[in-house]
Amino acid sequence: MSTNTTLAKGAARRRRHDHPLWFLIPALAVLVVFFFVPTLFNFVYAFTDWSSFKSAIGFAGIDNFVSLFSNGTLLNALKVTLVYAVLVAVFQNVFGLALALLLERDTRVNRAVRVAFFIPVVMSALAVGYIFQALLKPDGALNGILGALFGTEMAIPWLGSTTWTIVVVAVIHAWKWMGLSMLIYLAGLKTIGEDVLEAARLDGADRWTMFRAIRFPLLAPAVTFNVATALLGSMNGFDIVQATTEGGPGGTTELLNIFIFRTFGQGLFAQATTMSLVLFLTVTILAFPVIRFLRKREDVL
Amino acid sequence: MTTTATGRAPRRRIRLQPIAAILIAALALGVPFWLVIATASKTQAEALAPNLAAPSEWRLLDNLATVFADGRMLSAFFGSMLVMVPAVVGVLVLGSMAAWILGRRGGRLLAVVYALAISGIVLPPAVVTIVLLLRQLGLAGTALGMIGVYMGMYLSTVIFFVTGFVRTIPSELEEAARVDGAGPARVFARIILPLLRPVLATATILICLYIWNDVFYALFVIGGRIDTLPLNLYQVASAGLYLQNWHLIFAYIILMSLPLLVTFIVAQRRIISGITSGAVK
Repeated sequence: MSTNTTLAKGAARRRRHDHPLWFLIPALAVLVVFFFVPTLFNFVYAFTDWSSFKSAIGFAGIDNFVSLFSNGTLLNALKVTLVYAVLVAVFQNVFGLALALLLERDTRVNRAVRVAFFIPVVMSALAVGYIFQALLKPDGALNGILGALFGTEMAIPWLGSTTWTIVVVAVIHAWKWMGLSMLIYLAGLKTIGEDVLEAARLDGADRWTMFRAIRFPLLAPAVTFNVATALLGSMNGFDIVQATTEGGPGGTTELLNIFIFRTFGQGLFAQATTMSLVLFLTVTILAFPVIRFLRKREDVL
Repeated sequence: MTTTATGRAPRRRIRLQPIAAILIAALALGVPFWLVIATASKTQAEALAPNLAAPSEWRLLDNLATVFADGRMLSAFFGSMLVMVPAVVGVLVLGSMAAWILGRRGGRLLAVVYALAISGIVLPPAVVTIVLLLRQLGLAGTALGMIGVYMGMYLSTVIFFVTGFVRTIPSELEEAARVDGAGPARVFARIILPLLRPVLATATILICLYIWNDVFYALFVIGGRIDTLPLNLYQVASAGLYLQNWHLIFAYIILMSLPLLVTFIVAQRRIISGITSGAVK
């Protein structure tokens, strides 16, 4: 009895002693210096005239926002980034889910093909971009294949359309990452119990009904993970677009990160910072509601 | 009548499925990969307009040798290792230490610390002002600066994964060591760290993949100062596209992809199960 009370009394002190807070310090120090301080700097230097052309940095108010807004670059880059993110999320998930359903059975062929589809995930996104730049040239391989298929000369400028190139680039992004989505969907499909499927089969459900009414809803956690990572990954996109279009044609694929890199290279640091802040705020405003919405969808089921 | 119909359908589907799988893989993967290998094996004249035709003579090894020397492959390889290895070891050790405390102790303050510590999973790093900060710290263009930036970016991922894992480890395992007189540092190093191996393996794979292939943050922090494989690919390609050297660009891509590709093929079973285990809960 007496040992019990001393144990209870000493519990808090022991916890402090057994799991000391100083274990947190190194990680927090790195996070503060290399993550939080630069992020706070974003909120400061977006309101300055910091550039490579002047040695002093002066306060400039909201000049950067006004000029980026009035010449249309801010809204354009924002729009392109959001359209790109949504397109990538859709394509990557449709491709990934289709592959998972196609390769679901555990045969030797399927295992080999799954591994093959994971190779692009391991490759550098920059390299993937260059491969597709070559593939999609007007006199490139894809037009060659299409030409042979239809028996006519094809010269579609896949990367030269101000309307459709963003869709093409989003497909390339999805191509690179669809193997990861496929794996997550395969793991999700495996968690669905055989008894559930058997019950549906006994009720006379055909394959499409089974997928629509049972398997897809039960994949909700996998969908959450895949949509969230695809959205976040593509909002931070750079490599594939830089390697295929460099933001062109006519700025129609200029993601925020492409703009940031280009203006930084021109020495317009404050403008680059302003766009970096815009990206930060956009992701902050969008990410949390999106994740909460997807999570809520899981709960309903 | 109906039984034969339903009995025949699955058999036909089984025979069709492998053909469909192989056909789709050949189109979606075979075409781009063949383009890389074929073009990397051609002469400059033949590779001018990259197409799917086989090279008239195979010059793959010559081209690989050319980019190996001209692309400063070796120094790029060591540059990539120089920033990746310390960054990965650093995030694993510091992240695990923090995650152990965050997983074991409660309270409102630590809940706030945890939320802040994992916010980096979602929030994009402030890439421009990082450069300014590194200049002020005298770390601009250095490997140390790059390592710090990568650690700041990926600590959140490690802390998130490991904290969840720590909570599944029974406290009794720690108690036993404590009874023997072990202090917290010893308990962490001897008991906790070995138990974290599976989750740390997954984190290692993911973070290596990101850092090895990163070019965006490297362009800002160490571009032009330290060679890394993606940075040199960017240089080779920026110059190469201008000079129409597709054969060299693709030879470079083959060489730079090999290390990760070999690692992946050797350890594919563990990599795949590691990545999928965390995602679907």
